[in-house]
Amino acid sequence: MISFDEIFKDAENSVTGIAAAPGIVIGKAYKYIKEELEISEQKITNIKLALSDLEEAIARSKKELTKILNLARNIIGEKRAIIFEAQMMILDDPILLGTIKRRIEYEKMIPEFIVNDEITQYQKLMLKAHESYMSERAHDIEDIKNRIIRNLQNKRLKSKIPEDVIIVSETLSPSDTILFSKNKTIGFVTDHGGLTSHAAIISRSLNIPAVVGTHNSTLNINEGDELIIDGFHGCILVNPTKKQINFFSKKIVHLHELQNSLKELKNKKAETTDGKSIELLANVDVTGELDIAKASGAQGIGLYRSEQIIAELGDIATEEEQNTIYNKLSSSMYPQYVTIRALDIGGDKFNFSEISEANPFLGLRGIRLLLKNEGLFKSQIRSVLRASKNKNVKFMLPMVSSLSEVRKSKNLIEECKNELKTNKEKFDNNLKIGIMVEVPSTALMTKEFADEVDFLSIGTNDLIQYLVAVDRGNDFVSDLYREFHPAVIRTLKLIIDGAKISGKELSLCGEMAAETLAIPLLIGLGLESLSLSPSTIPYAKRIIRFVSYEKAKSLAEECLTYRSTKEIINRIEKFFEDNSIKRTRNLI
Amino acid sequence: MIAKTVKIINKAGLHTRPAATIVKYASKYLCEFFIQKDGMNINGKSIIGVMTLAAEMGSEITLTFDGKDEKAACEEIAGYFERGFDEL
Repeated sequence: MISFDEIFKDAENSVTGIAAAPGIVIGKAYKYIKEELEISEQKITNIKLALSDLEEAIARSKKELTKILNLARNIIGEKRAIIFEAQMMILDDPILLGTIKRRIEYEKMIPEFIVNDEITQYQKLMLKAHESYMSERAHDIEDIKNRIIRNLQNKRLKSKIPEDVIIVSETLSPSDTILFSKNKTIGFVTDHGGLTSHAAIISRSLNIPAVVGTHNSTLNINEGDELIIDGFHGCILVNPTKKQINFFSKKIVHLHELQNSLKELKNKKAETTDGKSIELLANVDVTGELDIAKASGAQGIGLYRSEQIIAELGDIATEEEQNTIYNKLSSSMYPQYVTIRALDIGGDKFNFSEISEANPFLGLRGIRLLLKNEGLFKSQIRSVLRASKNKNVKFMLPMVSSLSEVRKSKNLIEECKNELKTNKEKFDNNLKIGIMVEVPSTALMTKEFADEVDFLSIGTNDLIQYLVAVDRGNDFVSDLYREFHPAVIRTLKLIIDGAKISGKELSLCGEMAAETLAIPLLIGLGLESLSLSPSTIPYAKRIIRFVSYEKAKSLAEECLTYRSTKEIINRIEKFFEDNSIKRTRNLI
Repeated sequence: MIAKTVKIINKAGLHTRPAATIVKYASKYLCEFFIQKDGMNINGKSIIGVMTLAAEMGSEITLTFDGKDEKAACEEIAGYFERGFDEL
């Protein structure tokens, strides 16, 4: 039988990237060119529909802008927030809207063409002025113009993309990924992004094979090309030969067989050969994923990324909207626990581009942003509390870097509890509060943090990024982002020991847990709970059931003495070989 | 119809905040309201229109009001210009 290596070696039609979500798929390429706001001069026949699309896009833009305006007032102050207020007024400008509507009726062109043309005329006037602040003003107007056009196009986009295609794009935002997945997309290929980019995380959770970071794939792939995506090896074959198709068709059959056999593991424990139980929890990004989580045999939700609601809804959810979602989580997982992480906005996630920071990853994100926006934070706390009446909800704070942030948050939680008590609303008075350990300062002081909270969860994605000072989304340095860096392993040990002294629960919810190679090491270091994408849980469970805890402990002890990433990886690979544990990719 | 010439006297000129305030005032009235400067004639009830006016301290602007409540409109809006957009 020929191997994967042989099929890819010398294949002139192969493109390699990072294996971001497991699975193999054969399908047609759909090129999603994110040349933002490419506006075609399209004629329309249904004027009524065009006008109602415009109304809808304006209403949607107003809704988005209201939230941004509130956020901006809190963060940048009333005075500078005037820019957004003016944008809001533009959405109500009777002269502008009147002209746009009339032009749609007369010229019979798609609304985005008219919106663009009309607002651009004003911008040109502004740019003609000599005053320097006028070019800035033209830029402010650009934002609102783009917002309306984006809302007009999003609607069209949804109906335009055919089903069952492989999306090929330079880059994908979390909201793009969700939009496509709703359209039955079968695979993703992107030029940029790494294993921990949000597009990768989401495709993994939705079980859609993905290869990212291919550098030039979008240039080599044409619309309609047939593609084979191997999400285990990070390889793509463009317009495959018969031989290649045969090879992969067989692999797909094997994969289905493997997945079926893994289903049998659903009700079996994740237990090492020498009887140590490991708790396997699910990371959940989208509510639709709950079913996958339950089918995977997860013992609870270890991480619900609440900021994903923004991607799904297009803006920050109201208290009621949040409460509905959290209630659904709590009741459908009951009696298992659901850990809701407070909104982690900022960094590369849903950054409101209007608030620009030179260094967003070191800026206003996670708990920092929430503490500056008490209104936003408290409305989330209240909706979490109200969903906690079944006593199976936990609440987790992201990006904590100092004890004062924990104390301030706990005070706000107490305030919210008192508000709910006054209103005679039911909630879990002992709601467990925990933190993400993802900033080196917190890792170093794990014990002190553990003394003040009920549980901790290691977020490896950010922890590694801050520890080795590598922006995981930056292609120039992303190869330096190493999960098996000796300093990473030693820091994990430090955290695990700190949590043990305090006797508090500790889990790990970063993408490192999805890397099957890491599992024996993590167990050997003393972790008893892992939270990972639901689709990867069966793969992880299979590995755990082949590992001896005693042997994993010596593996970890050895790895703690090494000085290079390479030594550590070689040692772990040897561990797999010595104990005849086969990695998933070698099974199919 | 009333026409009135006013001068920009505040330091920052006709920036976004006064532009928004002028439009808010104007939209309360039924009369038509236009702003003329450097050969441009801008409808004063349109925020995007008023924002295209570059008017620094010292520049002169003509306001025209036409309609039943033109007098009251002129009083309030011209007054706002004369107070230097309440920024003096």
